[in-house]
Amino acid sequence: MSNPLVMLPLLVPLLTAVLLIFFSRKVVLQRWISAGASLITLILSILLAADVHANGIQIEEIGGWKAPFGIVFVADMYASLLLVTSNLVCFAAVLYSFHTVGRDREVFFYHSGVHFLIAGITGAFLTGDIFNLFVFFEVLLMASYLLIVLGGTKIQLRESIKYIVINVVASALFVITVAYLYAITGTLNMADLSQKLSENGQSGLLTVIAILLLVVFGIKGAIFPFYFWLPGSYEAPPAAVTALFGALLTKVGVYSITRVYTLIFIHDKGVTHEVLAWLAALTILFGVIGSLSYWDVKKIVIYNIVTAIGVILFGVAAATPAALEGSIYYLLHDIVIKGTLFLLAGSIAAVAGTSQIKQMGGLIKSHPALAWMFFIAALSLAGIPPFSGFIGKLKIVQGGFEAGHYGMALVVLLSSLFILQSMMRIFIRAFWGEEKPAPQKGVIKPVLFPAALLLAVSVLYGLGTEFAAPFITQAAEVLNDPTIYIDAVLKE
Amino acid sequence: MRRTNRKTNDVILQTTVQTVFFIIVIYSVHLFFSGHYTPGGGFIGGLMTSSAIVLLLLAFDVKTAASILPVNYLYVTAFGLLAAIGTGIGSLLYGMPFLKHWHGPVHIPFLGEIELATATLFDFGVYLVVVGVTMTIIQTIGETE
Repeated sequence: MSNPLVMLPLLVPLLTAVLLIFFSRKVVLQRWISAGASLITLILSILLAADVHANGIQIEEIGGWKAPFGIVFVADMYASLLLVTSNLVCFAAVLYSFHTVGRDREVFFYHSGVHFLIAGITGAFLTGDIFNLFVFFEVLLMASYLLIVLGGTKIQLRESIKYIVINVVASALFVITVAYLYAITGTLNMADLSQKLSENGQSGLLTVIAILLLVVFGIKGAIFPFYFWLPGSYEAPPAAVTALFGALLTKVGVYSITRVYTLIFIHDKGVTHEVLAWLAALTILFGVIGSLSYWDVKKIVIYNIVTAIGVILFGVAAATPAALEGSIYYLLHDIVIKGTLFLLAGSIAAVAGTSQIKQMGGLIKSHPALAWMFFIAALSLAGIPPFSGFIGKLKIVQGGFEAGHYGMALVVLLSSLFILQSMMRIFIRAFWGEEKPAPQKGVIKPVLFPAALLLAVSVLYGLGTEFAAPFITQAAEVLNDPTIYIDAVLKE
Repeated sequence: MRRTNRKTNDVILQTTVQTVFFIIVIYSVHLFFSGHYTPGGGFIGGLMTSSAIVLLLLAFDVKTAASILPVNYLYVTAFGLLAAIGTGIGSLLYGMPFLKHWHGPVHIPFLGEIELATATLFDFGVYLVVVGVTMTIIQTIGETE
């Protein structure tokens, strides 16, 4: 059974990216096409999620070839929800970039790059084939290389070299790992892999491959000890690009880890999931240390990405139903809130003329809207109850206790405190106190709207947990029970 | 590409290239069309075509080569992508899965029955993308001062 709706969220950005090549000189037209296409993609992904909610997992057999032999696109609820949130952040980032990225970048295929990026992300979320996952990783990485270096300032050139070198190494490792996996199992389809492993057992070699894949996706998703490339690289490009990267790129790594550790490598949890749990806890620890030790708005938010990745992956490692559900809640929340925070941080840096919080002060007098939006976003990030970060972390901690990881669950809890501290430090230093330099007025009016859009979604997500719950439960079902996924893909 | 004032005499090189260029292009087209049954295909065909154009660049200069083939290679790449994605979307329009390909005998005047496959269109997209990307890279680097 094939459902073309599964392909559309991939095809629209892909076609848009190609069409935008023809209009590279006409910036206004590019913006219209770009924003329109992101909106259409967002609507399509919502339709897809609704379809999956109503009719279960939707698949599209590309070229009409059946599952283990051809490439299958699988839209389960987990992937669909990620698609919706990613496209939402993409839409907001595109709107934000109209006023911030600048004509010089836009004529050199900025919007094409964004749409290739979102096409790669969509493909990585939807694909059911591990080599195809590699290909889509490369699609999104190539687009991100373009976006990170576009503009050619000194810092961008320096950081893009690091970023590219790290990712080329990670990609080579990915290919090698896939080669090992193929040599042992003889298949690359994820559902088929999962079935083969449950029939033949997970030998020691396969556990080694599981750890290797953790390393590969860990480099992409910036877990400890592979996060060292992230703080520098994400600081270099403009705020809109950083928002896309911070909200989406690392989450693709997290998604891949979650997928392979809930679908394929589930038979030797004593090794694989234990390693993941320790790495997740250390990731939280180092993320928190990073976010407390900087006085730079962008750096603080960037280190909060690392912390959040640790929290989500701890939920995956605990692998109880509550923890998995919590990690889905937290992942969706984190995509939206990181998008918001980077857009806000970009605005703060723009109005203050610097990103060093020690040189800011009193912005709340001239920019009250920005200040209160940042305040709500900060509370939401830390997981204060009415807001969106709460339920996810609650369930992750609950799952952690159930799984017996008491110490690590406490680390998750304590991390909230330090996240709050790091965010409040920005708030107090930048918004309270005396006005230090004359802040630039009026420059942020048009760019506040996309951040407000994301923040509104985030707040609604927090308040309307009741509404989101059935979707999340459906997504968690598949992660808890891989046979649902296998049956949908392999058996008609 | 060369920026010396001294006039060099490249008669032999340029005359040879004028002949060899067409042989290489024909070989690349042959490689492109033979991809379904024998080794070859869009990728190697495209590389071969661009190598022929690179030969033109070497024997003449960027401006002359651009005047011989007045093409914006960025658009060539974009058209190639459109062709490749288009074959996939075409099958969606017929209610088939994405990228479902079709092949069968087609009657063409003067040539008779020929077995044609829509996968060739996809390959043609690959061919255009490869030519476009290679030439964009080489031209961009060649023109950078």
